[in-house]
Amino acid sequence: MLSLENIYLELEVEDQKVPILQDVNLNFEAGKMYALTGPNGSGKSSVARVAMGIYRQSSGKVLYNGEDISNLGISERARRGIGYAFQHPPRFKGMPVKDMIEMAFKYSDGYDCQVLRDIGLCPDQYLERTLDNSLSGGEIKRIEIATLLAQNPRVRIFDEPEAGIDLWSFEQLIDVIGNSHRQDTTTVVISHQEKILNMVDEIVLIREGTVSMRGSREEIWPQIKESAECPCRKSCRLEEEIYADCPR
Amino acid sequence: MLTALDKKLLQEIADLHGEPPGAFNIRKDGEGIERRSLEGIEIKPKKDQPGIEVIVAPGKEGTVHIPVILTETDLSDLVYNKIDIGEQANITLVAGCGIHNPGTGNAQHDGIHEIYVRKGARLVYTEKHFGEGEKGGKKVLNPKTVLYVEEGAYAELELVQIRGVDHTTRVTEAEVQAGGRLVMYERLLTDGEQSANSDVLVKLMAEESTARIVSRSVAQGHSRQSFNPRLLAYGPGRGHVECDSIIMDQATVRSVPEIWAENSEAELVHEAAIGKIAGEQLIKLMALGLTEEEAEEAIISGFLK
Ligand SMILES: Nc1ncnc2c1ncn2[C@@H]1O[C@H](COP(=O)(O)OP(=O)(O)OP(=O)(O)O)[C@@H](O)[C@H]1O
Ligand SMILES: [Mg+2]
Repeated sequence: MLSLENIYLELEVEDQKVPILQDVNLNFEAGKMYALTGPNGSGKSSVARVAMGIYRQSSGKVLYNGEDISNLGISERARRGIGYAFQHPPRFKGMPVKDMIEMAFKYSDGYDCQVLRDIGLCPDQYLERTLDNSLSGGEIKRIEIATLLAQNPRVRIFDEPEAGIDLWSFEQLIDVIGNSHRQDTTTVVISHQEKILNMVDEIVLIREGTVSMRGSREEIWPQIKESAECPCRKSCRLEEEIYADCPR
Repeated sequence: MLTALDKKLLQEIADLHGEPPGAFNIRKDGEGIERRSLEGIEIKPKKDQPGIEVIVAPGKEGTVHIPVILTETDLSDLVYNKIDIGEQANITLVAGCGIHNPGTGNAQHDGIHEIYVRKGARLVYTEKHFGEGEKGGKKVLNPKTVLYVEEGAYAELELVQIRGVDHTTRVTEAEVQAGGRLVMYERLLTDGEQSANSDVLVKLMAEESTARIVSRSVAQGHSRQSFNPRLLAYGPGRGHVECDSIIMDQATVRSVPEIWAENSEAELVHEAAIGKIAGEQLIKLMALGLTEEEAEEAIISGFLK
């Protein structure tokens, strides 16, 4: 349904081009759920942003149902059915939650404000709230997820949906993402959470800007554990030594 | 009789469809054309100056409309209105000015409002500006509002000008007595060659007097805006000024807030920000399928809501 072929991405940082992604090849099929995982800064969000058209690759192609959409803008991709729930959703002064949700289903046959309820927010309480700093981080994040559900795109990419969500709502979140998945949709969840990694069909491990491994949970898990370890661990002081220095 | 054009202007500035409910005074091209007083809400022309006096009896509740419309070119209209809201009254007052300038000359309205909100009274005041006309004649509006918020009274001002007015210089002054509260919302959008200045001076006179000034503006095209909100506390009052502008194209925005305390128990805060629409905001809305222009429009209209 959605594929990235030989994607290279460079971004400008202080007038310097910095390589972010190298030769990323991914194919997301309809009816399947995927998890993208990997260390902080490895390039997971960048992969999602290239798919959405927010970042433009320096080479390689993005294909949607076989069509090369590399030259399409963000809006056009959204209208064709690609959706992305941001890792850090921006805040909007003066914009009510209701307007955001309405905009989300305006261009698609999505769902109404009931999506808020699905994600554990009472519509009565939240529809008129403003998407500014008066909402907490977790609230903003849930509204972002509700917005993607309202948009109901064919390809739905959730970028760390669990971040900032309380433990009680986390189970609900997993259900909502799972239940919203259908045979004609592709769900990609960027996550570090074991529970999310457990529910998907395939896990993709991104490291240092490229796909380092993909496979089932059983195949990938040992690798993830290893990548979570501090690479300089051996030269670090042992924890006991550090504690020994602490005044008691 | 109101013409179709009059009705359109009244709808723009006061959301009126025909004759207003409650007490009202409609001023057109420099003259009062229709007026209705009610028991406890008296509206009468001033004797010594052009303009009206609105006198609300203590404890009275109701709505008062005092719109001004201009439909001629080469017209300069100056009025002095005095509004007196009696103790414990609760009034919604809708002012505002709509200009249709059919020619190439100026059409200008300078309205000076002196408003007393007596002890324990509550006033919600809205003033919307609207201008139109194809021949290029300027639409100019210079309102001055002087407000006295007495002990325990509450006044809320909503001042709105979205496009259409070429030049505006707004002066708003308020004195808030002990226990009085003032809330002022200003919303402004200028484009093309328009210019807008807003000077606000709020004096917190005594203990427990509070004020909140929220100004939101968008400057597009080559337009110019300047804000000078000043908040003074003579006593242990609390006040907050928030000026927030979105700047676009080749526009200029200047914001000079001032806070001034003469009492060690006073608490005054000001925040001022000028910036373009954040890229992530545009991207977020485009990722919902809006075009860049639609996204911009949605962000601005939310910001000015
Ligand atoms: N707009 C940008 N400008 C400059 N550098 C960027 C930009 N976006 C991402 N990067 C850099 O690209 C690299 C990958 O970032 P990315 O956000 O894709 O990581 P991530 O895997 O999503 O990390 P995390 O788990 O922390 O969310 C990082 O080194 C980051 O600093
Ligand atoms: Mg990320």
